[in-house]
Amino acid sequence: MTIQEKQQQIIEEFSVFDDWLDKYAYLIELGKALPLIDEKYKTDQYLISGCQSRVWLHAEIKDGKMILTADSDAVITKGIVSLLIRVFSGHTPDEILEADMEFLNTIGLKEHLSPTRANGLQSMIKQIRLYAQVFKLKATPKSE
Amino acid sequence: MALNIEQIRKDFPILSRKVNGKPLVYLDNAATTQKPVGVMERITRYYSEENSNVHRGVHRLSQVATEEFEEARRYIAGFIGAGKPEEIVFTRGTTESVNFIATVFQQFIGAGDEILITAMEHHSNLVPWQQLCRRQNAAMKVVPVNERGELDMESFKNLITSKTKMVAVAHVSNVLGTINPVEKITGLAHDKGVPVLVDGAQAIAHLPVDVRRTDCDFYAFSAHKAYGPMGIGVLYGKEEWLNKLSPYQFGGEMVDQVGFKETTFNVLPFKFEAGTPDVCGALAMETALKYIEKNGIENIRQHEDELLEYATRELKKLRGIKIIGEAAEKTAVLSFVAGGVHPYDLGTLVDQMGVAVRTGHHCAQPLVERFGLSGTVRASFGIYNTFEEVDIFIRAVRQALDMLR
Repeated sequence: MTIQEKQQQIIEEFSVFDDWLDKYAYLIELGKALPLIDEKYKTDQYLISGCQSRVWLHAEIKDGKMILTADSDAVITKGIVSLLIRVFSGHTPDEILEADMEFLNTIGLKEHLSPTRANGLQSMIKQIRLYAQVFKLKATPKSE
Repeated sequence: MALNIEQIRKDFPILSRKVNGKPLVYLDNAATTQKPVGVMERITRYYSEENSNVHRGVHRLSQVATEEFEEARRYIAGFIGAGKPEEIVFTRGTTESVNFIATVFQQFIGAGDEILITAMEHHSNLVPWQQLCRRQNAAMKVVPVNERGELDMESFKNLITSKTKMVAVAHVSNVLGTINPVEKITGLAHDKGVPVLVDGAQAIAHLPVDVRRTDCDFYAFSAHKAYGPMGIGVLYGKEEWLNKLSPYQFGGEMVDQVGFKETTFNVLPFKFEAGTPDVCGALAMETALKYIEKNGIENIRQHEDELLEYATRELKKLRGIKIIGEAAEKTAVLSFVAGGVHPYDLGTLVDQMGVAVRTGHHCAQPLVERFGLSGTVRASFGIYNTFEEVDIFIRAVRQALDMLR
């Protein structure tokens, strides 16, 4: 599935719920289901700043594709980061850098988050893009 | 006298709005209180009928504005039991009041001197002193807090020494609700000749404040936590202290004679009020404090105490709840954590149910860490909160915990 298709899928999943409380319940479910990150990555080095809750995000490259894992001490935050992982993990840095984030607006997540949480979401996206940029640079053969 | 809360609620238009499709239950009064319609009308009236610059115009409007502004100062002085209106300096709020003193006090602080604060201070009564100590090579000492959230007064006695140059203490903790024994603290400090600054941000709308009885040297508070507008507050200072201190900021209004070589400064309180003051803010603050007076601070206190007692009892019935701050003397601030649940998640979900609480470290990071936490959920009550709202709050917490666990 392309990034776009995954985003579309998430939009459809969220459209089932009218009440925001139900959307949160779904985010909590996703958060609880997020595969555990390797404990060795739960260090300050992988901590994303700008969140009221703590979020650790780890990225590595396998066969040219970025693999993301994450954890948070807050389960709703975990649910949000799990959406990002689902959308971006398994794609090339180029695909990630080209992707737009419109789906977050469409599902209403951005406008519905508290200002601190919206900041946190912004920081997570920034960090993912930063990883993608670094991997892209590393992959490009140095020119003379 | 019991307050008619239903009637009081009608004075606060915002309370009838909905949030996330649910009736608003506003329990974030320690962050800021809502404003009664009288305060809003005062603001409108000032700008519709009275707006003019103070202390300088010869014209009628300027006279009116000046008289009203100085009348507000007199009223506020009386409200907190100050001896003279000159002891009331208008500032932008508690934070500026503390920064003001921490800045101008520099002349009295040398290397090796000490400033004594407590472990329950808000960042705004901590960082200004810390930075002062850093500039002057002085040391900041901290009075510890016990498990119940009370000051360790034995430590306080030991920590106040001949090196201590200032004691800075919150009247009421914004996280724990603890009411500190400021009268006793002032007595002990004065025995050693040390002045005391009291941060009254969390007290002014909830307790009778009497600066002369407390005998503190400085008292700081903000209007917006006492049903008044944002952006204005007060620094009370004893006249003898204010006369000793150099100006904090320079500009118009605060001067006497200005020349290119030398300038002499105005008398109190104008020496400390450089530039055009927030006249409208001062008038609206006066209106807000009169609103408190009309209802009676003791009546407000009793109502809020009853809410706190009820909310605490009901909250404790829920599984895995730990109350942070169980001092014998408390205002209606209820901080808690729920086992296995992040405060942020809990706060987010109860917000979805229309209940406004605060989560996090509440700008008192060292205090929250002292309890081994990174944050709490805090519900804080005001004059207009009801027992039904406590019920809604408890139900919301219960439902959120069910979702999160």
